[in-house]
Amino acid sequence: MNLRAKAVRAAWSQFMIVVSGVCAGACAAVLAIVVAYVIGKGIKAIDWTFFTKLPTPVGVPGGGVANAIVGSIEIIAMASLAAIPVGVLAGIYLALFGRGKLAALVRFFSDVLTGMPSIAIGMFAYALVVIPTGHFSAVSASVALAVIMLPIVVRTTEEAVRLVPTMIREGALALGIPAWKATLLVTVPVARPGIVTGALLAVARVAGESAPLLFTAFGSQFWSRGVGQPTAALPLVIFTYANSPYADWQQIAWGCAFVLVVLVFALNLTARLAFSSRVAAN
Amino acid sequence: MATAVIATSLEVKRLNAYYGSHLAVKDITMQFEPGAITALIGPSGCGKSTLLRCLNRMHEVIPHTRVEGEVLLDKQNLYEPGVDPTDTRRRIGMVFQRANPFPTMTIMDNVLAGVRLAGRPKGSASFEEIAEQSLRRAALWEEVKDKLQRAGTSLSGGQQQRLCIARALAVDPEVLLMDEPASALDPISTIKIEELLRELRGAYTIIIVTHNMQQAARCSDYTGFMLAGESATGELIEFDTSSKIFTTPKDKRTEDYITGRFG
Amino acid sequence: MSQESVELARATPAPAAPPVRARTSPTGDRIFSFALFFASYVVLAVVAGLFIVLLQRSWPAIQAIGLRAFSNVWSPNDGQFGVLSFIYGTIVSSFVALLVAGPVGIGAALFLAELAPRKLAAPVAMLIELLAAVPSIVYGLWGLYALAPFVRTYVGPALQHALGFLPIFQGPIYGVGMLTGGLILAIMVVPTVAAISRDVFEAVPRDQREGMLALGATKWEMMTKAVLPYARSGVIGALVLGLGRALGEAMAVVLVIGNKPQIVASLFAPGYTMASVLANEFSEATGKVYISMLIEIGLLLFLVSLVVNVAARLLVWSASGRGAR
Repeated sequence: MNLRAKAVRAAWSQFMIVVSGVCAGACAAVLAIVVAYVIGKGIKAIDWTFFTKLPTPVGVPGGGVANAIVGSIEIIAMASLAAIPVGVLAGIYLALFGRGKLAALVRFFSDVLTGMPSIAIGMFAYALVVIPTGHFSAVSASVALAVIMLPIVVRTTEEAVRLVPTMIREGALALGIPAWKATLLVTVPVARPGIVTGALLAVARVAGESAPLLFTAFGSQFWSRGVGQPTAALPLVIFTYANSPYADWQQIAWGCAFVLVVLVFALNLTARLAFSSRVAAN
Repeated sequence: MATAVIATSLEVKRLNAYYGSHLAVKDITMQFEPGAITALIGPSGCGKSTLLRCLNRMHEVIPHTRVEGEVLLDKQNLYEPGVDPTDTRRRIGMVFQRANPFPTMTIMDNVLAGVRLAGRPKGSASFEEIAEQSLRRAALWEEVKDKLQRAGTSLSGGQQQRLCIARALAVDPEVLLMDEPASALDPISTIKIEELLRELRGAYTIIIVTHNMQQAARCSDYTGFMLAGESATGELIEFDTSSKIFTTPKDKRTEDYITGRFG
Repeated sequence: MSQESVELARATPAPAAPPVRARTSPTGDRIFSFALFFASYVVLAVVAGLFIVLLQRSWPAIQAIGLRAFSNVWSPNDGQFGVLSFIYGTIVSSFVALLVAGPVGIGAALFLAELAPRKLAAPVAMLIELLAAVPSIVYGLWGLYALAPFVRTYVGPALQHALGFLPIFQGPIYGVGMLTGGLILAIMVVPTVAAISRDVFEAVPRDQREGMLALGATKWEMMTKAVLPYARSGVIGALVLGLGRALGEAMAVVLVIGNKPQIVASLFAPGYTMASVLANEFSEATGKVYISMLIEIGLLLFLVSLVVNVAARLLVWSASGRGAR
């Protein structure tokens, strides 16, 4: 009887292992399905016109999303310029001096901030920038995206700097190197691969964000007249065109989806593969 | 060969070191003979590393620590308010238990790291000359002279430790502290480090913490035996020339330790 | 060096002690510390700013509508601003999402942490992470064109056939609706649940597992009796974080949920969530109260997410007794 009970338990164990494998497999399968679908539908839209032309009115062929591509790049670049330096410094602070109450608070609310709905952050940027200035703008969109990027950069930087063995910093201090140089010129370079990874992941995260752009950049059918004006962006194009009944607009939406997926995946994979190997080597 | 300034004295007076509220090292008073090698021995946890770190003000790098008492370098108390710990650490160099070359730097850059970032000693030679001199003193020059641009971490364990020694020597310290420098190394590398110690003797005042009694007996001129009681507070039990400590120790506890009855 | 030469060195008078060198760069230290402090305060300022700004801009609506906001009717053109249907929709769609993503995510995490062969674990884990990387609007697009028809044609009828006695599976199947919204959310949330759970499982000390195996447990028993209990609070934290993600998701949901402000039992019926009403109506909203009301919904979303996220973090903190992380 003991043997039979054992056999049942062993069988159950095997079964559940398979079930859990199916769970993991299902996730991978769903990814494959979605990506395949996006590629299938999107690649038809990709041509020279797509990248170089401005949107055309419905029914008029030859439209593209050149303005959205440039707009997205503008917005993301400005957001990165704001979020990455601040985030890296805050991350260094948390890693090296992160014992006091301030550090605990910063860490805690950094984590909390990562979970905030991006649409609420978009509203924040709307209230903060769009209302006072009176119009939609790329700048307000960058503010929203910077807020989303900030905690990601902070936490990944903190982790990366934390991973640097204390011995390294102590070795630098023991040589008579001032604390700030020991941090900036000895410890941080060792953490650099991790920090860059974090920055890339933060960019990847916001590259596809559309909700915060809805009422900040707002979108445009034309070249934006400046960073203080409504600007087109790829995710917004998808939203606008997705629900439209026009086939050529839908096609463009798929094209944008394709570009976004490729971009985001490339960033993610670069971040994880290119830099994790260097971290391992260190 | 000695271009370093030999400190006339390094002295410790009534030193107490705390981790938070725990007293790790109690009431240490001792004088280190300039140019000699002094070993600190004792079982694990007796506070010898803590004492060592107090000498170059590295103990305070750990949060919530405190030091009371005096450490006198050239009769000047390093713990007086207004004394720059960074400067102290330049004058008193340290080599750690595990070699810690800076991973993102080449061998050359590692040797010069302290020199470049901590400020060059006055009237010095060029960077290349300083590097060569330091590597020679650390008995590493011949082995790395053709690969100075390789990563510091590409060397073997024993070579890395000698690299760290070269790096410490490059900033021209007066005292050299070594915290179990060979404990993580294989026997051959250990022998090389011990030979190196003998060569550095005279040019530098060297204080070495070691749990290897034979090493202490072999290499050092003076030895201090430390012991922590049940309160985990380390005290200096006995301090004398190495020959006396290892042949005719005065304190029974010293004798017990040396003969292997504990620790 | 011989004893005599040491004596000789000591006998000669010592040169004057070199002066204690001036501080090398105290300003460097101070500037750097200041920069670090400042950067840290920015994070806190942002969170505080979020709350303050949203509160300020929703004040007109709070004043004008007050508690009447918790009514069932949303008809802005008639001055009706009841958000109950959004709250209902948010809760239901998130619940459906967790119901699906919870077990699947934990199962996947168990598989990756414990049961998968080494070589398989890394690429599969990467794939699951990539699932989180896909932009939500792309999920929305796919949901609208691929998932919704699939639900309408296959999933809906199957559920209605098998479980049609339940009110949630009754009624016409449009394709877009609460169920589809929940499913899309599940896809988006499962990587969060899986990743955090996996981290938690991998953090369980080796000896816990080996101890259980040494007692003769099967692999699955080791998982459920040694690893899961140890990791329980972390897994709950993972689920709550997944919930937080689901609550705030706008773009994917807005395209597949039907955008009808109603409270209906059927999961096949269209609904509305707090996040999707914002996405849908904000750019066209006119009138001070309307806009302010939408911002108030944004504030509500922010507060709910805040509470959920804080709860998740505190859960993990208190249960594990650790400080940071």
